[in-house]
Amino acid sequence: MDFATIIQILDSTVRLATPLLLACLAGLYSERSGVFDIGLEGKMLIAAFASAAAAAATGSVWLGLLAGIFASLMLAGLHGLASITFRGNQLISGVAINFLASGLTVLLGQKWFGLGGRTPSLEGAARFEPITLPFAGSIAPVPVLGPIYSELISGHSILVYVAIALVPASAWLLYRTRFGLRLRAVGENPAAVDTAGVSVTGIRYAAVAITGILCGLAGAYLSTALAAGFGREMTAGKGFIALAALIFAKWRPWYALAACMLFGLLEAVSIRYQSIDLGFVMIPVQFTQALPYILTVVILAGFIGKAVPPRAGGEPYVKER
Amino acid sequence: MGRMPKWADAVLVPLLSLIIAFVISGLVILAIGEDPVEALKIMVTGALGSTYGWGYTLYYATNFIFTGLAVAIAFHAGLFNIGGEGQATLGGLGVAVACLMLPWPHWSLALLASVVLSAAFGAAWAAAPAWLQAKRGSHIVITTIMFNFIAAALLNYLLVNVMRPRGQMDPASARFPAETNLPDLHQMLGWFGIPFAKGTPANVSLFVALIACVAVWAIIWRTRLGYEIRSFGKSEKAAIYAGISPVRITMYAMLISGALSGLMAVNTVQGEANRLLLNSVEGAGFIGIAVALMGRSHPVGVFFAALLFGFLYQGGAELALWTKIPRELITVIQALVILFTGALDDMVRVPLKRLFLASGRGGQ
Repeated sequence: MDFATIIQILDSTVRLATPLLLACLAGLYSERSGVFDIGLEGKMLIAAFASAAAAAATGSVWLGLLAGIFASLMLAGLHGLASITFRGNQLISGVAINFLASGLTVLLGQKWFGLGGRTPSLEGAARFEPITLPFAGSIAPVPVLGPIYSELISGHSILVYVAIALVPASAWLLYRTRFGLRLRAVGENPAAVDTAGVSVTGIRYAAVAITGILCGLAGAYLSTALAAGFGREMTAGKGFIALAALIFAKWRPWYALAACMLFGLLEAVSIRYQSIDLGFVMIPVQFTQALPYILTVVILAGFIGKAVPPRAGGEPYVKER
Repeated sequence: MGRMPKWADAVLVPLLSLIIAFVISGLVILAIGEDPVEALKIMVTGALGSTYGWGYTLYYATNFIFTGLAVAIAFHAGLFNIGGEGQATLGGLGVAVACLMLPWPHWSLALLASVVLSAAFGAAWAAAPAWLQAKRGSHIVITTIMFNFIAAALLNYLLVNVMRPRGQMDPASARFPAETNLPDLHQMLGWFGIPFAKGTPANVSLFVALIACVAVWAIIWRTRLGYEIRSFGKSEKAAIYAGISPVRITMYAMLISGALSGLMAVNTVQGEANRLLLNSVEGAGFIGIAVALMGRSHPVGVFFAALLFGFLYQGGAELALWTKIPRELITVIQALVILFTGALDDMVRVPLKRLFLASGRGGQ
């Protein structure tokens, strides 16, 4: 493996890790506030569809992005209604949202475009184009640093940089602001927050709304930046890998970045190589694909550093008994 | 505080939730510019109007009975087994091993072997998440989701690299010998002189599913284990205080649950495809969640809910055939049923409860 190949693999790692990172940070807000969310997949899917559909209809990727965020927010609102207001089972609500998105995207796609659930191919202003960072061309010939800057760091779409920037932003919001403190407290001990006169419902809805917005970004990235249009079931389990990454990261923003990059790398490797020959043993591609899930089970089991979820996670808050 | 009558809780609440789900589905059909009444007519004639339609409806229902029971028994223990998909995948592996391992002289022996192995494989796949939940406190929902994906990757590997016969292109196992083929309803009812359409996939597994319904009922309400499972599900603390071991109950409930999911493969793999394919489960593991919720985790309820979903599946296929409505409409209906009977249960239950209390007071 030469240097150019490594750069290429890392480059595709960044591209593949971005939707994971956005969805993972999305899940972080909801779960840290005590609302489990296994509907990340569904929200991403419907956002991917809405973005591609709106971008195809208007020719503007920014309107597409807005539509994607809106669609994802609607499902997030439904999740909030079921799990916060009506105190339903959050996991069941998540399952329902995944199916709803999977059915509706094909139903509406077929109705609007008649392409068997796909949207028309997007081009030009209907897609997020790669951004070339300043001096990328002039630095390129420099050995080692040149390719790293011009190929790996430069040349991604705006959402990639947004996703990366969201990591420190989320860390700051969660650990350095009043809202973040309250959000984390609501996930650990909602009764205490309630006693302090802060609305548990309000904080949880706010967290679920942030989850909706970030899932919207993740979905929009999939259909308008990574691919040129929506295809049925295009999230293909990415929402669940993001969930796995969230657990792997122990519900922390910076760890989430690392976990998503790791899982993105595994995906990039499994796309590029069918099987890896280590000399003494062949690693089949299916193993590389299953590795994120296996690692998550191992970390959940607490064999390598235990992942402890927010204490009030999954439980609806009942004021006064 | 008064309470709702038992029948209202068991029948009225799920029925109302179901009606809401169907009304919204009708609106969805209207929104995509089709006629909901016409759609319902096509579904009913296609799925229930002939023995041919029934052959498919019952075939799908058989799958959903197994996966529905699997989710239901876990619910009784307060566990949410979302891993039916993976457990059924492994069950399929068990069926393939049973059918390809020995030259069976008669289908009944092959059926026995595949029932045992599919249940064992399914249970084994549920054992790890169960153990991790019981011993290490890892959330069972997350681990079973992860195990679904791991099962898919494992099966993919085995079919591509190990079980695929030489020279075959598609990732599937060899065809099972003809002696292992299960009799379908046409053959079976023919023994009694009852006419039934030829060439439908409904087969003898349906009766295995019915036996499973009775067995699950007996386990839950007529054995000590069932009593322990129910008390553990109702209140973990009280159960522990009563000397019930949480590890033991979690393991047993999940093993039975996994075994039931695994049994589903007898119907699809041995009863229909006659070889192991890449995606023979096709989401039936997830539909089990809707079926168990609608059936209120009772085997009788599960049976009727499974029939309903069998009807929806076959009806949906007919819709896709005769109208412009895609099959995915069924996914939307399924989502709405899960949402209203599962997550938004209180939205229906609480107003209904008030209504009953008000009318109860008026009557005094």
